[in-house]
Amino acid sequence: MGRQLKFNIFRFNPQNPESVPHMESFSLDETDSMTLFIALNRIREEQDGSLQFDFCCRAGICGSCAMVINGRPGLACHTKTKDLDPEITLTPLPVFKLVGDLSVDTGTWFRSMYNKVESWIHTDKEFDQSAIEDPMENDIAESIYELDRCIECGCCVAACGTARLRDDFMGATALNRLGRFIIDPRDKRSDREYFDVIGSDEGIFGCMGLLACEDVCPKNLPLMNQLSYLRRKMGIVAIKQMFTK
Amino acid sequence: MQTIYKDVLIIGAGLAGERAAAEAAGAGLTAVCLSIVPARRSHSAAAMGGMQAALANSVMGEGDSTDVHFADTVKGSDWGCDQEVARLFADTAPVEMRCLCDWGVPWNRVVPGKSKYFKGGKQFDKEEKEEKRGLITARNFGGTAKWRTCYVSDGTGHSVLYTMDNRCAQLGVEVHDKVEAIAFIQDGETCYGAIARSLRSGELIAYVSKATMVASGGFGKIYKASTNAVICDGGVHGAVLDTGVVPLGNMEAVQFHPTGIVPTDILVTEGCRGDGGTLLDVNEERFMHIYEPDKAELASRDVVARWMTYHMREGKGVPSPYGEHLWLDIRHLGEKHITGKLREVYEICTSFLGVDPIHQLIPVRPTQHYSMGGVRTNKDGAAYGLKGLFAAGEASCWDMHGFNRLGGNSLAETVVAGGIVGRKIVEFLETYECSIPTAVISQTAAKQQQRISDIVSGKNGNENVYRIREAMQDALDKGAHVFRTEEGLTKCINTLQKTLQRAREVGLQTDGCGASPELSAALKIEGQVKLALCVAYGALQRKESRGSHNREDYPARNDRDWLTRTLAYWKNPDDDLPTLEYEDATPSYEIPPGDRGYGKMQIISADSKEDS
Ligand SMILES: Cc1cc2nc3c(=O)[nH]c(=O)nc-3n(C[C@H](O)[C@H](O)[C@H](O)COP(=O)(O)OP(=O)(O)OC[C@H]3O[C@@H](n4cnc5c(N)ncnc54)[C@H](O)[C@@H]3O)c2cc1C
Ligand code: SF4
Ligand code: SF4
Ligand code: FES
Repeated sequence: MGRQLKFNIFRFNPQNPESVPHMESFSLDETDSMTLFIALNRIREEQDGSLQFDFCCRAGICGSCAMVINGRPGLACHTKTKDLDPEITLTPLPVFKLVGDLSVDTGTWFRSMYNKVESWIHTDKEFDQSAIEDPMENDIAESIYELDRCIECGCCVAACGTARLRDDFMGATALNRLGRFIIDPRDKRSDREYFDVIGSDEGIFGCMGLLACEDVCPKNLPLMNQLSYLRRKMGIVAIKQMFTK
Repeated sequence: MQTIYKDVLIIGAGLAGERAAAEAAGAGLTAVCLSIVPARRSHSAAAMGGMQAALANSVMGEGDSTDVHFADTVKGSDWGCDQEVARLFADTAPVEMRCLCDWGVPWNRVVPGKSKYFKGGKQFDKEEKEEKRGLITARNFGGTAKWRTCYVSDGTGHSVLYTMDNRCAQLGVEVHDKVEAIAFIQDGETCYGAIARSLRSGELIAYVSKATMVASGGFGKIYKASTNAVICDGGVHGAVLDTGVVPLGNMEAVQFHPTGIVPTDILVTEGCRGDGGTLLDVNEERFMHIYEPDKAELASRDVVARWMTYHMREGKGVPSPYGEHLWLDIRHLGEKHITGKLREVYEICTSFLGVDPIHQLIPVRPTQHYSMGGVRTNKDGAAYGLKGLFAAGEASCWDMHGFNRLGGNSLAETVVAGGIVGRKIVEFLETYECSIPTAVISQTAAKQQQRISDIVSGKNGNENVYRIREAMQDALDKGAHVFRTEEGLTKCINTLQKTLQRAREVGLQTDGCGASPELSAALKIEGQVKLALCVAYGALQRKESRGSHNREDYPARNDRDWLTRTLAYWKNPDDDLPTLEYEDATPSYEIPPGDRGYGKMQIISADSKEDS
C-alpha cells in the first residue's frame, strides 16, 4: 500500500490542429481496491479535465473501456492497479479509429460488422400475437447464449495480426457472431448462404489461427473452437462448390 | 451546423428507445436513435436478473396470470402507481416476451423432470411438466407471488438488447452514437426535435422531427454511490426541466439497494442474504436482528437499506478512503456454494475488489439503484406540456412503479412501454402535420452555441465542474437518501441552492476543444443540480412514508392526504426551487389501497377524509 503510481498515457486530440501524438505522465497515490476506472477518473477530475477515455458500466459488462494496458488489450474497469507495476502505460486500441487520447470508435466498426454478417434472425415467419412461442430445447438456448456473451469490447480485434494488416478482415468476433446464428434453429440460412458471407480471406480463410484473440477475450469466449469449427464447415462447403460448379 | 430531418427522433438507444424505433421503422417511418455510447453499451445491457411476464410455463408459475402480475405490481408500488397503466403493462408483457423470442432472444426454456431449488437456505424439489417442454421458463424474484421472471442465464439485459439492436439494424433504424442531446427545439407548445453535440468532434447537430421521444434511462449518477452506469446522469432530464412546461413526476421516489460494493458501487445480488449471508458492522458484529428480530437480513430491500444507514449513523460504520461502509459476510457458506451458486458474486469480488469472499468480508453500503420518477407522460407515453414529445423506459414516469418498483419489472417495462408508445407515435403521426418554424431551430442552436462559448471563455465564472458535482452528490447522499427528515432535507436543499449558484458560474480549466469531456460535464451541471432539487424538495413536501420514500418524522403511509403524484416544473430558468403541483395517483382503482403484506407500517386510510 501507499505506492506512488506513474501513468504514461497516450495523448492526441485530432480535433485540435496543434495537437501532436505524444505520451504524457501523471502520478497518483494508490488507494485500496483501486482500479484503472478510479485512477483515470481521478486524473481527469484532479489533474487534466481534457483527458478522453470511455467507461460506462464500470462493471465489466458493457465493453466500453477496452484499451492497451502495458502492451496488452484489456478492460480498464476490470484491472486493479495492485496487479500492475507502479509504472503503467496506457494506449488506445489499434485498428479502430481514434476519437482522442484513449477513446476509440468501436461503434462504427461493430455496426459495419453486423451489417456485413447480417446479424439478425433470417426467417419468413411473421410474429403472431395470439400464438404461443415455438419450443426450443434449453441446451440449445444455453449454447446460443454462450456465444452471445461477446460484449463487443474489441480486444480480440485489436490483438489480431490479420485485422491489423487488412481493413476488411472481420475478426474473431464476427465469426463468433455468425456461429451464434448457425446453431440457432430460428435462423433459416443455409451453409451456402453463410459461406457467401465468410467463406473468403475477409472471413474465415484470412485467419492465421495464432489465437491472440482468445487469449485477450475478457469474457473467455471459446473463439478457438469457434474458428476451427467454422473453418471445417466452410471448407466442406468450398469443396462441395468446386464439384458442383 | 448540420441539420438532420427524421419522422421520429428518439433520445436513447437502450431497450425502451430501440423497441419504439422498431415500431416506427416497421410502420415505414424514418427513425433515428441518439446515444452517448454505442447502442449495445446502454445500461439495459447490465441487467442480469430477468424480466417479469405472466407466462405460467414453469411449474412454480402455475396459476399465474396477468391479474396476479397486476396485483403484485400495484402492491409493490405501495398504491402509488397509475392502475390503468399497470394493467396495460401486465396484459402486454407476455406478448412482448414471445415477440422477443421470435426476434432471437435465447430465453432459458422449461426442462421436464425433477430438479432442486433453494429457498431461505433450504433445499426443495420441483418437477417440470413434459407438455411444457421447451417453452420460456421463469425464475423466482422478490415481491412476486409466482415464479414469473423470464431470463437468459445471467445476462438477460445483454441478450435482449443485442437482439433488439439486431432487429433495429435489420429494419434500417439509424443509431447515432457518441451524440449527446443537450436541449429541446420547442416553442412552449410543440416539440420539434433536439440540439445535440457530437462527442467525436464537439460540433452541434440539429435533429428536427415531428415526434421526439425521451428514452435516456435513469439519472442515478446525481448520487455519488449508485449502481447505475456513469452515463445515467440525467442530462436529458435537465433539458426537459429547461422547457419550463414539461413536468417530472415523483422525483422523490428513488430506490436504494442494500448491497452495492465499495468503492465501485457494483451491485451484488440479494441472493447473498437470501442464502444466509449476514451484515456486520465495524466491530464485525451482526446488527440487523436488533432492529428486525424476525426477518433480520431477510427483510425487504428498503427496510434493510434503512437500518444499515441508521447503524452507520450510530457510529458503527467502517471508515475507508471512499467513505463509510458495512461488511457482507458470506464466508460461512463455504467455497462450494460461493463459487457455484454465487459465482457472479465471487467474480465481482475477485475481479473488482481483489477480495476473496471465501475468506474475506465484502465492503457494502446502500446504494442508489433505480429512479421511479421521470418525464411525466399519460398512458400513451405522451409527455405533459408539449405536443410531439413522448417518453418511455426508466427516463419516464409512465407510472406503473409508483413509489417502489419490483425486481424484473423495469426491464419488462422498457420493451412493453417501448412497444406501446412506439405504436402510439405511429398513430399520432398518421394524422399529425406540423410546420417546422426554422427560427425556433436557429434560435435554440444559437443559444446553445452561446452557452458553450460562455463556459469555454469563463464568462460566467470559473467554478470547477467536478467540485460542483461532488457538492451536489454529497448533499443528496447526506440529506435525501434512505432516511429523510425535515431537518436533513432542509439542509440538503440549502446546500443544493448554493450549489446551483455555483453551477451557474461554471467555467473550464482546459480548452474545451473537440469532444472535451469537461465541457460535456459543464453543459449539464446546472440541469443536474435542478434535478437534485426536485428530488429533495419533493421529498421535503411529501409528509408521509410510501415505498422507498421514508420520512422518519412521518412514518405512516398517509392515503388521506398523499395518494398523489408530485409534478415538478422549473417554470423560470432563474428560479432556485421547482414549482410543485399534485395530481391523483391513479384515475381509477381496480384494487383499493390496502396493506402490502410486508414492511409493516401504519396506514392513515383514505376513508378518514370523508369522516372528518
Ligand atoms: C446493476 C443493475 C441491474 C439491473 N437489473 C435489472 C433486472 O435484473 N431486472 C430489471 O427488470 N431491471 C433491472 N435493472 C433496471 C433496468 O436495467 C433499467 O431500468 C433499464 O434497463 C433502463 O432501460 P432504458 O431503455 O430506459 O434506458 P438505458 O438502457 O439506460 O438506455 C439509455 C439510453 O439513453 C442514452 N442517453 C442518455 N443520455 C443521453 C443524451 N443526453 N443524449 C443522447 N442519448 C442519451 C444512452 O446512451 C442510452 O442509449 C437493473 C439496473 C441496474 C443499474
Ligand atoms: S486466430 Fe485468427 S482471428 Fe484470432 S487473432 Fe489470430 S488471426 Fe485473428
Ligand atoms: S469476442 Fe471477446 S474480445 Fe472479442 S469483442 Fe467479444 S468479448 Fe471482446
Ligand atoms: S466500463 Fe463497461 S466493461 Fe469496463
